[in-house]
Amino acid sequence: MRFFSTGLFRGLLAQVLGTIVGMAFVMAVRVIMGLPAWSAEASVQEPVLVGGVLIGAISFLVGVGIFDDWFKWARGISTVDSIEPDPAKPNWMRYFSVDYDHKVIGIQYGVTSLLLLGIGGTLAMLFRTELAQSGITFLNSDIFETILGYSSEHLYNTLMSLHGIVMIASILLGVGALSNYLVPLLIGANDMAFPRLNSFGFWVNVPGAIILLSSMFFGGFDTGWVGYPPLSLRAPIGMQMFLIGVYLVGLSSISGAINVIVTTFTMRAKGMSLFKMPIFVWAALATAFIQFTATQLIALSFQLIILERLLGMKFFDATAGGDPILYQHLFWFYSHPAVYVFILPGLGVISELLPVFARKPLFGYKWIAMSSLGIALVGFFVWAHHMFASGMSPYLRLPFMYATLLVAVPTGVKFFSWVGTLWEAKITLPTPMLFVLGAIIIFLLGGVTGPPLGTIATDLHLHDTYFVVGHFHNTMFGGYIFPFFAALYYWFPKLTGRMYNEKLGKLHFWAMWLAFMVLTLGMLFIGLQGMRRRVVDYDLDLGFDATHLIMTIAGFVIFFSVVVGLLNLIYSARRGKEAKGNVWNSRSPEWQISSPPPLHNYAQPFEVVGEPYDYGLPNSTYVNMTPAPDGAHGAE
Amino acid sequence: MIHLAIVSVLVIVSTVLLGLFLTTADLLPPQASLQAETVDWLFGVHWWFIAFFVSLITVFILYSVIVFRRRKGERGDGKYVTGNHQLEILWTIIPIAIVIWMAVIGASTLADVERRDPQAITVDVFASQWVWRFEYTVPVVGENGEEILTAVASDTLVLPKDQQVILRLHSQDVIHSFFVPEFRVKQDVLPGGEEFTRELRVTPKLEGEFKVRCAEICGRLHYDMQAGIMVVPGSEFDAWLQEQSGECNLSDAECGQRWSQTYGCVACHSLNGDEGVGPTWLGLFGSQVELADGSTVTADEAYLLNSIQDPNAQIVAGFPPGIMPQDFDERLAELQIQQIIAFIMSLEAE
Repeated sequence: MRFFSTGLFRGLLAQVLGTIVGMAFVMAVRVIMGLPAWSAEASVQEPVLVGGVLIGAISFLVGVGIFDDWFKWARGISTVDSIEPDPAKPNWMRYFSVDYDHKVIGIQYGVTSLLLLGIGGTLAMLFRTELAQSGITFLNSDIFETILGYSSEHLYNTLMSLHGIVMIASILLGVGALSNYLVPLLIGANDMAFPRLNSFGFWVNVPGAIILLSSMFFGGFDTGWVGYPPLSLRAPIGMQMFLIGVYLVGLSSISGAINVIVTTFTMRAKGMSLFKMPIFVWAALATAFIQFTATQLIALSFQLIILERLLGMKFFDATAGGDPILYQHLFWFYSHPAVYVFILPGLGVISELLPVFARKPLFGYKWIAMSSLGIALVGFFVWAHHMFASGMSPYLRLPFMYATLLVAVPTGVKFFSWVGTLWEAKITLPTPMLFVLGAIIIFLLGGVTGPPLGTIATDLHLHDTYFVVGHFHNTMFGGYIFPFFAALYYWFPKLTGRMYNEKLGKLHFWAMWLAFMVLTLGMLFIGLQGMRRRVVDYDLDLGFDATHLIMTIAGFVIFFSVVVGLLNLIYSARRGKEAKGNVWNSRSPEWQISSPPPLHNYAQPFEVVGEPYDYGLPNSTYVNMTPAPDGAHGAE
Repeated sequence: MIHLAIVSVLVIVSTVLLGLFLTTADLLPPQASLQAETVDWLFGVHWWFIAFFVSLITVFILYSVIVFRRRKGERGDGKYVTGNHQLEILWTIIPIAIVIWMAVIGASTLADVERRDPQAITVDVFASQWVWRFEYTVPVVGENGEEILTAVASDTLVLPKDQQVILRLHSQDVIHSFFVPEFRVKQDVLPGGEEFTRELRVTPKLEGEFKVRCAEICGRLHYDMQAGIMVVPGSEFDAWLQEQSGECNLSDAECGQRWSQTYGCVACHSLNGDEGVGPTWLGLFGSQVELADGSTVTADEAYLLNSIQDPNAQIVAGFPPGIMPQDFDERLAELQIQQIIAFIMSLEAE
C-alpha cells in the first residue's frame, strides 16, 4: 500500500502519537503540581486534552514533512529550490504529500474545501430535517444520544454551530484554492513567492479541521460559531476543540495572504502593470490584505476564551471586572471583514468570467478593481453593526450605521459595471456563465437585504432572526458558492485537460439556483415574521410549519444538486471529452498554454502587450506568448 | 437608444409592481407598540428601495441575456466599450447621497424609538437559563401610614396599554435577548450587575397576549425560553398590581405555590415528577437525595432552605451546578421562603 508512505498518512499517525504524548506531558505536569492527573470531571480533563491536541497538531505538521526543509536550513544543510516530482512515484501521491507546486497546493486546497463543504452540508441537512416541522421529532432519536451522549437540544445547537464554522473553514480553503491555483498562472509567474510557506498554509488546515470536527465527540458546543462568553465559558470541552481548530485554520489565512501579496507585487510578467492584471488578481489581493491584517483579532479573541477557560483569567467576567461585550468587539473586528474575505474572490471570479462569455470588455476595469479595495477598506469600519442590540454604548451605534450603509457604494459600482458589461454584448450561456449570472442575482438579494439590517431601528426587529440568516446565505451563495462553482466549471478543462458534461452542469445550476431562491425567500419571510435563529424548535401556533417544510425540501434539492455537480466533475476528470486548447476563447494567458499546465507553467516568460479584456477590438491581444529575447531590442 | 427606452419602462413597471407587493403583503407581524409604527415606516422606505434596485439590476440583466444573446451560428464579439467615467462617477455619487439620507432617517427613527417618556413606569426583567421573571416596584401604605416600596414578582409581563414602560434588563448567568416581534424592539440582556443593566423602552398600544422569547442563544433550552406578555387597559393594570402587592391571606402552602409561580421556580422544578432543568418537587420532601459528590442527604426543611439560599452548596447528582440563580435569598422575604418550603412539603408522592 503506497498510501502508507504518503505524507498525509505519516502526519495522521504522528498526530495520534503526538496527542497521546501531549496528554501524558500535561498529566505529568499536573502530578508534579499536586493536581489529579485525570478524573471524570471536565475541569480536569480539559487542560489534559487541550495540551494533547496542541502537541498533536504540531506533530502532524512534523510528520507530514512540512518542516523538513526548514529543519535542514537550521542545521546548515542547503536544499533544492524547485523540486521535480519523483518519476518512480505515481502522480497522485503528490497530492497526499508535501509538494511545493502551487497547482498541486491549489488542488489540495480545493479538494479539502469540497470535502468540508460536504460535511458542513450534511450537518445542515440533519438539522434542516429537524426543522421541517414544529416539535422535536428527529434529533431526539436514540441513535444520536447513544453515539454522542447528549440531548437533542444540545445536539441541534452543536450541529448548527458546527455547520457555520465548518462552512467558513470550507470557504477559506476554497478561497485558498482559487488564489493559489490562479494568481501565479494569471500573472505569468512560475510559482508563488514562498512555496514552503504556501504548502505550510495548506497542511496546517488538516489538523485544524480534524480538531474542529472532533468537538462533536467532546460534548459539542452550543454557542453558535460566534462563541460569545459567558456561554462559551460554560460550554463542554468541545468548545476548546472549536477554538483551537479555528486558530489553526487562521494560521493558514495569514501565511496564504503573505504569499498572495508578495507574489502579486513582485512576480508579474513583463509589461503587466497593476491595472493590466486580470481582475481576479485585484480581488485576491484585496482579500489577502484583509486576511493579513484582521485574522490576528479572531485568534486573539479565541485565545482569551481558551485562557479564561483553562486558567481562570477573568477577561469577560463582569463580576470580576471583565467585560462580556469586549469579546464581541474583538470577534467582529475580524469576523466582519472575514465576510469580505469570503465574497471578494467570488466577485472577482464574476468580473473575470463575464467579459469572456459576454465577448465584450469589462466595463470600468479600474472602478471594479478599486471597488474591491474600497469594500476591503470600508469593511474595517463596520464591525459593530453586528452589535446594535448588544448593549454597547448607544451613541456608538450611529457612526457604525453610517459606515455600514456606505458599503453599498462600492458594491453598487460592481453591480452597475457588470450590467454595463452585459449591455450590447454577445452573450453565451454555458454552465460557468449560468453560475455567474445566478450569482449576481442572488448576491443582489443579499445586497438589498443589507440596508434594513444597517439602519438601527429596523435591525432591532431583524437582529437574530431568520432574516439575518437569509441575508447571510444570500451573500455566501451569491458571493462564494455560485462563483466558486462557476470557477470550477470554467477552469475544469484547464485543471484536467477534459470537459465536464454540459447537460449535468446545467441541471446542477438550475436545481441549485431555484431551490436556493425558495430557501432564501422562505428564510427572509419568516425572519420578518419574527422567527428566531439558532432554535431547535418553534411553536406550532406561529404558523411557520409550512414554510419550514418547503425550506427543508429546497435544502435537500441544493444538497443533491451539489452531489450531481461533483459526480459530474469526478467522472469527467477521468472520462470526459478531451479539451486541450483555449476552450472558452479567452484572452487570458493561462489559456494560451497546454491543459493541464506544465510543471512550471510558462516555458518562457510572456509579455503583456495589451489590455486583458479587449474583446471586440480587432487584432488586439493581451499577451505575447513568445516575445523576442530581451537583448533583441535592448535593455529597457 | 430604443433598447434603453424599453428597459427604462420595464424597470419602472417592475419597481411599481414589486413595491406595491412588498408594501401591501403582510410581511411583518401585527403592530403592537408605538415604536412599531416608526419602525414599520422605515421598513416601508426600505421596501421601495429594494423594489427599485432589484428591478433595475434584474431587468437590465434579463433583457441583456435575452436580447444581446449570441444567436445560433453567430460569430464575433460584442460592442467594444471599455467603460464610461461619467457614468461611474454618477453611480458612485448618487448612491452616496442615498445612503447618507438613509442614515439620517435611520438616526431620526432611532431617536423616535428610543424616546423616553417622563411618565414611564419601570419594570425589572430578570433573565436566567431559561426563565424570564418580572418585578414591579409598588408603593404601599405601611403600618404607620408611611409609603413604602414593595416588590411584586410575576412570571407574566403584564403591561398597561398606551403607557411607556422602561424594562430594566438583568441577566443572572449568560447573555440573553429580550425580543417581542410585535413590539419590533430587541435588547440583549447582560450579566454583571448594575453596570451592565440595559434598558428597553416600549409603549404597548394593542391589547392582547404576546410572548417574549430569548433571541440570543443561551444554551440547551434557549429555544424554549419564553414568557407570556399581557397588555391590558391602564385601569385593569392598576387593579392587578394592587392585587399582587396585597398580602397573601391564604395558607402557607398556597402562598408558597403562588410565590413559586411568580418567581419562576416551577419553570425548572416540575410538580408532576418529570425531570426538568432542576429536580422535581414531587415527593422531594423527606426523600433521600444523592448529591454530585456521592454523599446522600435527607431532604428535610434545613436542606430545602439551604438549597434555596445557597443553590451551589449541595448539587444534586445529574444536575449541573451554577444554573439556579443565587439571589433568591435577597429577593424573597424570609416568610416567602418559608411558605415555598411549606408548599414543597405538601407535594407528597402518591
